[in-house]
Amino acid sequence: MLLIHCPHCREDREEEEYSYSGEAHIVRPLEPEALSDEDWGDYLFFRKNPRGIHHEMWYHAVGCRRYFYATRNTLSYEILETYKVGEQPQVRAQGAVQ
Amino acid sequence: MSQINRLNSKGRIDCDSPINFTYNGRQMQGVAGDTLASALLANGVNLVGRSFKYSRPRGIVGHGAEEPNAIMQIGSGAATVPNLKATQVELYEGLESASVNGWPSVNFDLMSITGWFGRMMPPGFYYKTFMYPAKLWMTYEHFIRKAAGLGSAPVQDDPDHYDKLNQHCDLLVVGAGPAGLVAAREAARAGARVIIADEQNEFGGSLLASTNSIDGQPATSWVDELVAELNGFSNVQTLPRSTVFGYYDHNFLGILQRRTDHLGISAASGSRQRLHRVRAKRVILATGAFERPLVFAHNDIPGVMQASSVSTYINRYAVAPGQRMVLFTTNDNAYQTAIDWHRTGRALVAVVDSRPAPNGQIVQEVKDLGILVIAGSAVIEAQGGKRVKRALIAPLNADGTEITGAVQKLVCDLIACSGGWSPAIHLSSHTGAKPVWDQAIIGFKPGKSVQQERSVGACGGTYSLADCIAEGASAGAEAAKLVGCGDGAVHFPMPQVEEYSEQPPQALFLVPHTKATSRAPSQFVDMQLDVSASGIELAVREGFKSVEHIKRYTAMGFGTDQGKLGNINGMAILANALGQSIEQTGTTIFRPSYSPTTFGAIAGADVAGLFDPERYTAVHRWHQQQGAEFEDVGQWKRPWYFPQSGESMQDAVNRECLAVRNSVGILDASTLGKIDIQGPDAAEFITRIYTNSYLKLAPGKCRYGVMLKEDGMIFDDGVCACLGDNHYLMFTTTGGAAGVLAWLELWQQTEWPDLRVYFTSVTDHWTTATITGPNARKVLAQVCDDIDLDQDAFQFMDWRDGTVAGVQARVFRISFTGELSYEINVPAQYGRYLWEALIAAGEEFDITPYGTETMHVLRAEKGFIIVGQDTDGSMTPADMNMDWVVGKNKSFSFIGKRSLQRSDSVRADRKQLVGLKTLDGTQVLPEGAQVVFDPQQAIPMSMQGHVTSSYYSANMGHSIALAVVKGGHSRLGQTVHCPLADGRTIAAEIVSSVFYDPKGERQNVQ
Repeated sequence: MLLIHCPHCREDREEEEYSYSGEAHIVRPLEPEALSDEDWGDYLFFRKNPRGIHHEMWYHAVGCRRYFYATRNTLSYEILETYKVGEQPQVRAQGAVQ
Repeated sequence: MSQINRLNSKGRIDCDSPINFTYNGRQMQGVAGDTLASALLANGVNLVGRSFKYSRPRGIVGHGAEEPNAIMQIGSGAATVPNLKATQVELYEGLESASVNGWPSVNFDLMSITGWFGRMMPPGFYYKTFMYPAKLWMTYEHFIRKAAGLGSAPVQDDPDHYDKLNQHCDLLVVGAGPAGLVAAREAARAGARVIIADEQNEFGGSLLASTNSIDGQPATSWVDELVAELNGFSNVQTLPRSTVFGYYDHNFLGILQRRTDHLGISAASGSRQRLHRVRAKRVILATGAFERPLVFAHNDIPGVMQASSVSTYINRYAVAPGQRMVLFTTNDNAYQTAIDWHRTGRALVAVVDSRPAPNGQIVQEVKDLGILVIAGSAVIEAQGGKRVKRALIAPLNADGTEITGAVQKLVCDLIACSGGWSPAIHLSSHTGAKPVWDQAIIGFKPGKSVQQERSVGACGGTYSLADCIAEGASAGAEAAKLVGCGDGAVHFPMPQVEEYSEQPPQALFLVPHTKATSRAPSQFVDMQLDVSASGIELAVREGFKSVEHIKRYTAMGFGTDQGKLGNINGMAILANALGQSIEQTGTTIFRPSYSPTTFGAIAGADVAGLFDPERYTAVHRWHQQQGAEFEDVGQWKRPWYFPQSGESMQDAVNRECLAVRNSVGILDASTLGKIDIQGPDAAEFITRIYTNSYLKLAPGKCRYGVMLKEDGMIFDDGVCACLGDNHYLMFTTTGGAAGVLAWLELWQQTEWPDLRVYFTSVTDHWTTATITGPNARKVLAQVCDDIDLDQDAFQFMDWRDGTVAGVQARVFRISFTGELSYEINVPAQYGRYLWEALIAAGEEFDITPYGTETMHVLRAEKGFIIVGQDTDGSMTPADMNMDWVVGKNKSFSFIGKRSLQRSDSVRADRKQLVGLKTLDGTQVLPEGAQVVFDPQQAIPMSMQGHVTSSYYSANMGHSIALAVVKGGHSRLGQTVHCPLADGRTIAAEIVSSVFYDPKGERQNVQ
């Protein structure tokens, strides 16, 4: 069971207080109607599944009820950082484009 | 039978405190401090079970968690516990024990006939033999299970209580042997908060059975002083009888504390076992090592034991488990067992050492005692039936791979074996650290730490007592410093330890026989699951190469002992068969649990009524008093129907349905989710979430809305009311309330933080009583005089503030039945009062309370969908024939809108909501029934849809159903068929999904 630092509460709390909410930094297209089915499908369905560094969204469901981002190593389950929505990660996978 | 093997020496037992117990129905006596295993051995019992596959007689081999054979059923009745290891069961007065294998008894086992054709049961036997025909598997399985099963689980409810404790600490020390004790002491002295846990009944680990002296006193005295010192620290929690069974992510560990198991089968009071869920900043693993057995022919005959276990029984329990011992070793360490045995005065036939020229300090001391040491030889086979009678020994070549001379027989009843030691790397493995092979200790050591932990002492491959103590001290000081306590310097006064300097051990994983492995009598690697050396070699011949595959094919290490004894030998035999090194072959990964953990402790108090929270409405007690049957909706208990005396469920539902349509009914709708939404951008936000627009919804008005996921599929529905400027109340489905709130917060926080809008769940704040039916207005008028209830003044989809039965209320004129309805909301503390006032007001109209079943029937008559029943996450509004709810001219592309134009969303053959009317109106289709167009087609049929809702409608006088059928909207009037599991096929006509009052006129009753 993971120990996760909530950047809003600024505390390490047990995983059972949170729920996982998928990949982070997915931006909703401003004009959905302008997108082809394929591009819209990419936004809707396609997600990264990296072996290693992953930026993901968590929800402090039974705490402050705020969403935030975490950088987690999917191999070791190590959480390298957590940060607020609107902020950028300090840790990135090697070769990742900013 | 008396305790024929009890010695006069002291040990850690109290010979003056006899304890009576039974074994397989026989009365026996042990003493305080005994384990069941030591008491059985004291009584001369060694045969304790039959093996899993071949039903071979098996005896006690070890003295702790590693024991593969002595598996017992303890106690009887509801509190009985199966599959405990006798080596870990502390004796108490009246203990009942029984072998788990062996039928009709362990001494005469009919199943052992399979031993005669054991060669016909190679690895994969079950897969190979019982594979075909597949339909007979159930028959085979029945007999295999009976033959192969371990103990029996109780069929009654567990009478005991269990609890859980969540804990945090600076340092968790696992294992209270010399290294662990000193580590805990050093960290505690530096001020760290320490938990130290050990699976044994008392702290001391290997020192409890040691004859070493420390600082000139017996090792156990040194332990006693250290334990007393630890107990004196307020920042130390000592947990004996506590097994750390799992090491999970981020230094989270599980500890099973057996609080009362040593006192009796069931706790007299309080909890029997406690699960400690510990989050530790640092962990020190000091879990010791297991002695490695030696693999020779028929090494499973009762009387073949681990050398260290023989010493433990002598030194700790004052039991000599035999009369004439042969000691078979590959190392100096086991010579201690010869010295211990010699002290009992019983016959020591010989020490057989596989090394050509053992000449260590302790070897010399043994020789000086006049004990025969046969060097360069091995026990190649044990002989005997239910007990060892002879050991066959033969000289070996220098690397232990071949027999070089004549075989001779040694008469004995005990063969003590030692193949060296294997570090107990289990917990380190749990963290994901990859074990590394160390040729110097001939074993796997913990790999590089991946969590905040360190292994010390024997589990890290350090075997000298002095080194273990030094390592423990420095690790304890280091851990304390890492958590901010102390300077990392060791303050512990290093004791003087008398130790022999040891010569190198020999690696001997498979003792050669005069016959080839495949022809020799079975050489067992894993006793519990009957895996032999020849089985591993056969698996390799059949093409298996990976250690993980071999493990699964042969079942090696799959027993309740997790292969603590045999695994390393098995991997070495595998490596040899593959012609590669052990390092190349690698090891299987140990996973939790380290040893079996009771479900009771894992569940703790979260059972029965405490398994899941239950939510009750404010009117719940009234429903109970009326004899309502309840239905679970999420965590809510909702009245399902209100049976009157003698009524069946169908009778009650029919009566309730007719009452609503003909007069008036009342429903407790308090469980509907309610979210209070406020803020200057509230209307904009809601409009982006729902498919329709709320920008022009005026205060006092309601609107029904559907919300979609971004993929265009229906996610939730409900009414949303405008309470005032910038203030809305959103109703959600009962089960969807939490998910909808999280959904709103997701979009507001991550995508549209610029919108000023705030959400509060107010579900529990309100009681909602729905009165519905042609007489609803008349009922409400009796208890409400400050709202103009006139049809035109208070219209459908309006809401009003007012006073109902003297209580400030919000009244919504919305309807889920198609009848004139008022949903009356009052603060929950007035809920029951309001309810009873409405019941009284409705008396002259025979107001009828109804439950969820009637609610479902009435809404289905109207074709109103229930999200999650008629939809399943793959339904668009168009599929549900609800295009009217989708705003076509909204400026913002609401959630899910773009997806409604995807090619898949506009397919003509999507499953679409229709009504089904069975040709025989008395037949009620089962929900979930598949719809086909041609019932005569070959199986598997082409499935065209399925029934989502189905009821008998008393108002219609026939059954009704809702279904989703491919292209259903263009198939009105066609006949479809529902083939059922029982062989019947029911024909039905596709009709409109609105069965009752299709024009919606009943809503407007005067």
